[in-house]
Amino acid sequence: MALEKITKISGKGVYVAGQDVDTDRIIPARYMKVVTFDGLGEFLFKDVRFDQNGNKTDHILNDPRYADASIMIVDSNFGCGSSREHAPQAIRRAGFNAIIGESFAEIFFGNSTTLGMPCIEASKEQIKEIAAAVSANPDTQIDIDVANDTVTVNGKTHKVSLKKTAKDALVNGMWDPIAELLEHDADISKTAKALPYI
Amino acid sequence: MGKNLFEKVWDEHSVATLSNGQTQVFIGTHLIHEVTSPQAFGMLRDLNLKVRHPERTFATVDHIVPTHSRVEPFEDKLADAMIKELRNSTQEFGIKMFDLYSGEQGIVHMVGPEQGITQPATTIACGDSHTATHGAFGAIAFGIGTSQVRDVLATQTMALSKLKVRRINVDGELQPGVYAKDVILHIIRVLGVNGGLGYAYEYGGSVFDRMNMEERMTVCNMSIEGGARCGYVNPDETTYKYLKGRPYSPKATDWDAAVARWKASASDKDCHYDDVVNIKAEDIEPTVTWGINPGQAIFVSESVPTVESSSEKEKENVALALKHMKLEPGSAIKGTKIDVAFFGSCTNGRLSDFEEAARYLKGKKVAAGVKAIAVPGSQLVGKACEEKGIDKIFEAAGFEWRAAGCSMCLAMNPDKLVGDQLCASTSNRNFIGRQGSPTGRTILMSPVMVVAAAITGQVSDAREVFGNVGHGAIAA
Repeated sequence: MALEKITKISGKGVYVAGQDVDTDRIIPARYMKVVTFDGLGEFLFKDVRFDQNGNKTDHILNDPRYADASIMIVDSNFGCGSSREHAPQAIRRAGFNAIIGESFAEIFFGNSTTLGMPCIEASKEQIKEIAAAVSANPDTQIDIDVANDTVTVNGKTHKVSLKKTAKDALVNGMWDPIAELLEHDADISKTAKALPYI
Repeated sequence: MGKNLFEKVWDEHSVATLSNGQTQVFIGTHLIHEVTSPQAFGMLRDLNLKVRHPERTFATVDHIVPTHSRVEPFEDKLADAMIKELRNSTQEFGIKMFDLYSGEQGIVHMVGPEQGITQPATTIACGDSHTATHGAFGAIAFGIGTSQVRDVLATQTMALSKLKVRRINVDGELQPGVYAKDVILHIIRVLGVNGGLGYAYEYGGSVFDRMNMEERMTVCNMSIEGGARCGYVNPDETTYKYLKGRPYSPKATDWDAAVARWKASASDKDCHYDDVVNIKAEDIEPTVTWGINPGQAIFVSESVPTVESSSEKEKENVALALKHMKLEPGSAIKGTKIDVAFFGSCTNGRLSDFEEAARYLKGKKVAAGVKAIAVPGSQLVGKACEEKGIDKIFEAAGFEWRAAGCSMCLAMNPDKLVGDQLCASTSNRNFIGRQGSPTGRTILMSPVMVVAAAITGQVSDAREVFGNVGHGAIAA
């Protein structure tokens, strides 16, 4: 399975503020009653984007100026809580290609990487600066250099970080590990055979 | 230098090093349910792959199954379709399913231990973040996403980065009325909701040595709420006693060999930990959450924080939490009126939870205007409660006695809060919208505290409501 080598990502950004944004907020459980992930994008942040009468709230993702944003900017511990892949799937299917945040919950980070959507870590100050730039001008272009750990906004290049395992997987086009896992057929058998309980 | 249990199990299950530096880890036991597996089976079919070890894969239905009626087809067409999808997939690939008619269905984290499928020194994966529950047996258990469910189905392995290990000692004597739930809520409060990032938590110390398996499961269950992807307790005689004679436990001569292996898997005395945290049992009081994540917790005797008194980093979250919870900053949490009492979930839906709560609930009545539901975590727990007359104690008090499932813990079935109802809950998450209403409010607490709240109609200190509250099974 040849996968795209994800080395550079560019696009407009949107700042979705909040510490400890959990996966129940990203996609409430009652919208997970699906047998495929298609169409999950419309449920992204559903409960905060719509009021109880189904009317749009003033949530940033309802702002038409950010309709074509493809990079989400978030705060710390983003994606905590449930292991539901529905959360990064909803973000991906709503048109996002990368997330830049102060920190990410572990399962969410792994699930996102497997979808080819890097979770880039930046400092609090950098997040503030990038968020301010896209808030001032929604058309601000963000350029992420995945291989070299940089994010460039308005001519300024920020040194950011991405876990090495995720970076290697993305830039080498190995972000979905299934092909590599399958290749090790003989090693899997060997490990299983050595385990007394298998 | 010796090794800790995590390192031993990790080494034994390592298949290969992947090109990105991660480890390909063999998964001894794969548990699946109806919500996060249908898409994985779909991917498997798309790739024309088979299930590599169907005999190491076990399924049940829990997340969306209704608890008020088991008549099929279910009213909720989507739920009905998902359950049928799991039945079809398990049949197609030859996977054992503990279905609704088996008498053994339940929350996936209840079924594994009950059946003896969950065993020490194994790796376990499940598409559910509360999979760490199985760590109570000394298993290394990971919650995974759906693409990883696909990976495990196809290869019985998955790509993982090795975790660091933090030893958390809780030593001393728990005060009367302080339960396993209070212990884990306190640990999360102390270490933070993201304090466990990159770590496996090894729980130990005299409090854990004395806990029964169900109490250990309650603690391990909520490891993820502290940011730790897995949590475990080293196996001991309590573990072996629990497992002996269960349907999938090793039999006859295999049993002794298994116990010997399990014993050897425990952390060595001279092993290394990346971090050690010591907590005094005497410092822990009955704990309740006041906010919108499990780390926003206080002792029931304490007051809700104010934005001003919170750290700079916390201010924004505290403000949001106070607004959502509609709590007066600085006010006592005790006395907060509740609308709903939820008793159940993979955290506190086990027999000992119901037994302990029933001791205090007997002869009492749920306060007027409070909706109270009791949902056994599994059909076997429900049956055991019914045999002991516990269901009748709950019903006589005014609780609705339901069929097994996840129910109002995540409200994927019809059990939901309405509007801004406030729920005293034995479950594990108080996230905004978690219990089915975007404006619904959740206060997490121990089972005995939920019963005290149900009776008084407000957040109460169970020790004051019931007088002498015991340690439950810890004392036994």
